[in-house]
Order: sequence, then C-alpha cells, then structure tokens
Amino acid sequence: MKKRYLIPILYIAFLMLPIYWLVAMSFKTTNEILSGFSLFPQTFTLENYAAIFTDPTWYWGYINSILYVSLNTVLSVCVALPAAYAFSRYRFLGDKQLFFWLLTNRMAPAAVFALPFFQLYSSIGLFDTHLAVALAHTLFNVPLAVWILEGFMRGIPKELDETAYVDGYSFPGFFVKIFLPNIKAGVGVTAFFCFMFSWVEMLLAKTLTAVEAKPIAAVMTRTASSAGYELGLLAAAGTLTIIPGAIVIWFVRNYIARGFAMGRV
Amino acid sequence: MRTENQKAWLFVIPVLALVAFNALVPMMTVVNYSVQETFGNNQFFWEGLGWFEQILRSDRFQAALGRQFMFTAIILAIEVPLGIIVALSMPRKGFWVPVCLVLMALPMLIPWNVVGSMWNIFTLPKIGLLGYFLNDVLGINYDMTQQPISAWITVVVMDVWHWTSLVVLLCYAGLVSIPDAYYQAAKIDGASAWSVFRYIQLPKMKAVLTIAVLLRFMDSFNIYTEPFVLTGGGPGNSTTLLSIDLVKIALGQFDLGPAAAMSLIYFAITLLVSWVFYVLMTKDDQP
Repeated sequence: MKKRYLIPILYIAFLMLPIYWLVAMSFKTTNEILSGFSLFPQTFTLENYAAIFTDPTWYWGYINSILYVSLNTVLSVCVALPAAYAFSRYRFLGDKQLFFWLLTNRMAPAAVFALPFFQLYSSIGLFDTHLAVALAHTLFNVPLAVWILEGFMRGIPKELDETAYVDGYSFPGFFVKIFLPNIKAGVGVTAFFCFMFSWVEMLLAKTLTAVEAKPIAAVMTRTASSAGYELGLLAAAGTLTIIPGAIVIWFVRNYIARGFAMGRV
Repeated sequence: MRTENQKAWLFVIPVLALVAFNALVPMMTVVNYSVQETFGNNQFFWEGLGWFEQILRSDRFQAALGRQFMFTAIILAIEVPLGIIVALSMPRKGFWVPVCLVLMALPMLIPWNVVGSMWNIFTLPKIGLLGYFLNDVLGINYDMTQQPISAWITVVVMDVWHWTSLVVLLCYAGLVSIPDAYYQAAKIDGASAWSVFRYIQLPKMKAVLTIAVLLRFMDSFNIYTEPFVLTGGGPGNSTTLLSIDLVKIALGQFDLGPAAAMSLIYFAITLLVSWVFYVLMTKDDQP
C-alpha cells in the first residue's frame, strides 16, 4: 500500500467517528448513556428503534419527508429539462441574465424567506401540505437542476439533434427517444442532488408545516425539547435519517464526482 | 456553437413561472415590510429607509456580520486546501474509488438538524466521545456550552466535517479528467511532483475549484440549522451568525420591519460577493 493513501484513510476515519457515535448511542439504554462513558453499547438494546416504529408521530415524520422530497425531485427535474436544453442549445434575448438570476435564488438565505413563505402559502391555502414544501424547495433545487443538466447537455454534440431531424423525428419524439437516453446519467445525478438538498433542508420544511405534513426534522426537535433528555431516542431517529441518503448515493456512485462538478468536467 | 433562437424562451417558461412565484412574491413581501412600521392589528405606517439606516448602524448587526465573515473565511481557509490534499492522494481507479466517494459524500446527505444533534451528542462532556476524550483523557477543559472559544472551534470543525467532501469530490472530478498522456510526458521530462501539481493538476482543477469556492461561500454564508441546533448561537452571542440573528429578530421578536431590512442587506451582500465569483468563473467558460 502506498504511503499517501494514509491521508484519505485518516480523513474517512474523521468523517466516520461522529456517525459511529450516533449509531452506538442509538443502541444504548438511557441509563447507560447517563451513567457514564462506554465506547461500545454494554447492554445492546433495540428499544429506541421499537419506540420509533410503533409511534405514528415518529414514523409519519419519515413518510411525510419522503413524500415531499419525492414530489420536489420529480417537479424540479421535469421543469428543468426543457430549460436546460434551451440554455445549452440556443442563444436568446437575456439568456445570460436569466441564468444568473436563477442562480441568485440558490444564494438566497432560507432564513430570509421563512416568514414570507409562511404568509404566501397560508394565503393560497397550501399551508401544512406536502405540495407546499415541495414547491418551496424548488426555489433552490430548480436552479441547481438547470445548472447541472445544462452542463451534461453541453457535452452532447449538436450533430445528434440535427441527425435526428434529418431522420424525420419530431422534437418531442427526438427529446424523449434519443436525447434523454443520452443524458440519463445527468438526469440521475440531477435527481440525486434534488433529493439530497430537499432531504437535508429543514428551516423551510418546518416553517411550512404543522401537523399533517410535519417532516422528521421537526418531529425530532419537538421530541427533543418536550421529552427531556432522551438521547438514545434522538440518536436512533438521527441514524434512521441517514439511511435513505446512503441508499440513493449508492446508485449514483460512479457519477457523483462529475455531478458535483455540475457536469462541467 | 449555439444558434440564435428566441423560441427557446418557451422552454424556459415553466422554470420561470415556478421560480418567480417562489422568489418574487416573498421578495416583494420583504421589501414591503422593510419600509413600514407596524404595531400589530394590521396597521402599517410608512417608515422610508429608516430601518436600513438603523440596521446598518447597529452594533448588533455589525457584530453578527463580522462573525459571519470570520466564520466563512476560516472554513474556506481550512476546507479548500484540505480538500485538495485529500483529492490528490486518493486512488484514481480500482475497487476503493467508489467506496471512498460514497463514504466521503455521506456527511452531506444527513439532514442539517441531525448534523447539529450528532455533534452535540459527540461533544458532550462525560457522555460524548470527543468530550470525554478531551476532558477525561487529555485533561483539556472543554465545554461548548460555557466557553465561547470551544463553541467556535466546534462549529468550525463541524462545518469542516460536513462540507470538506464537497471540495474533495469537485477536485477529484477535475483530476480524473486529466489524460494519462500528460503524466507520462511530465515523467519523461523529469518533472518534480510540485511541477506536476503546479502546471498540470492545478490548471485542470481551476474551474471546479471556483465552483467549490462559490458553493462553499454561498452555503456557509447562509448557514443556519447546524450551528443553531448545536449551540443556539451561544454561549452569549458568541456563535450567533447572521441567519441565526435574523431568525431571532423575525420569528422570535416579530420585529418585521428591521428583520425585512436586514434580510435585504444580507441578501445584497451574498449576491454581490457571489456575483464576483460568478464573473470569475464564467470568464473563460463561455465560447
């Protein structure tokens, strides 16, 4: 083994330590946690997980989160596809300005929008629905999706479009049957990023929901404050939020580096 | 390359409608509040630019802004070099590449409030792994809830833990796009490791590094959830970054006017700095 591999190994160890600690805590009893330090769970227990899977407030938190995240991912990718195509293939009046304006929404601090969003979605009767959170998250996910997809589409030579028209394809036929299969890696990566940023965001999700669509993040903070010092339960709930991310990341593992580079490498 | 076609606007309309609905309506609300004073009961009075002046002059805002710039500068100064070093030393092909990438990306997929809770549990004195190790094994007096300096270090280390992988993945994407022929040519010329880095790897990474710096600047400047869950802005106000202060004013005290004015100033600063990065980034990007 080469000596320089020590650096990534140490780095990954640093990344894994807090995650290990969270997982280890989730298998400990409250007594053991409060009685002192132990590197491994002494009395291995599943009661924290049992508490989550038998309490509807807990498991509906997960279902709500997954519902609005999926809705947001589908919505973001569907509207971003034609726009990214336009940006990658055509010049039109105000294209650069529009592209930058889209990006500015990725820069907006969520804290700035929390209160106006609450008022906006209350006034149109969408408050406390999955659709409200999904729509609100398009604010930063749509610009990101356009950005990544445009990068991937730019890599597809224009001759592909022209050949398809010569072969007698209509535009929708070409787009669905020829173009999409060519950028499917890009679509996958984009969907992954939309999923990721919608899944991890919590300020807006919490502000726009009360009971019906309450995300897991909000359930966690409320439980943490109301039920006192239930660290084991909190750790188990945290561990469960890592699993969906770990599953989706496995599917895009070969494209992830390129995706983070916005398809520009 | 790209042909002139005004019909392309039709493709952009869905995105435009969706983002405009989400961005313009709330933005107008914020602008509206920022120039008015209210005492409740839905009665509003014209206030002009008074709130802006008050915010810009207030010590509280200046202190939060100072802490924010310091935080962003520190994490950029740590994450960018560390990210480059890790990316350079990673294997380029083989079984371990996807394993490394997946493990490194994992922190970024954890909900931000869970990141805060996780670091809280990790650093608790007596109970947390790090808190126990520092206090009881090394004998360093470390308590994030009491000492501002410990709180600062913890918030910075948490961000390094959370986001350095973004820089690593971006740089790695740049590095793997370098053809083998470049390295072979360098070997024949007897180039040192430093020259290979300086003249082959760094230029290739320039584009992705700019994206990395841009993203890290925007996200660290807007950071809210993680430090809020971890420290709540404390002890005292020592880790109250801009977003935390803003939410305190807007949702805690319900001072709509000052909060709105502060939002606009905050957004303008983010926009300005990001615009500079964007111009640098796209300077030699567009054909």
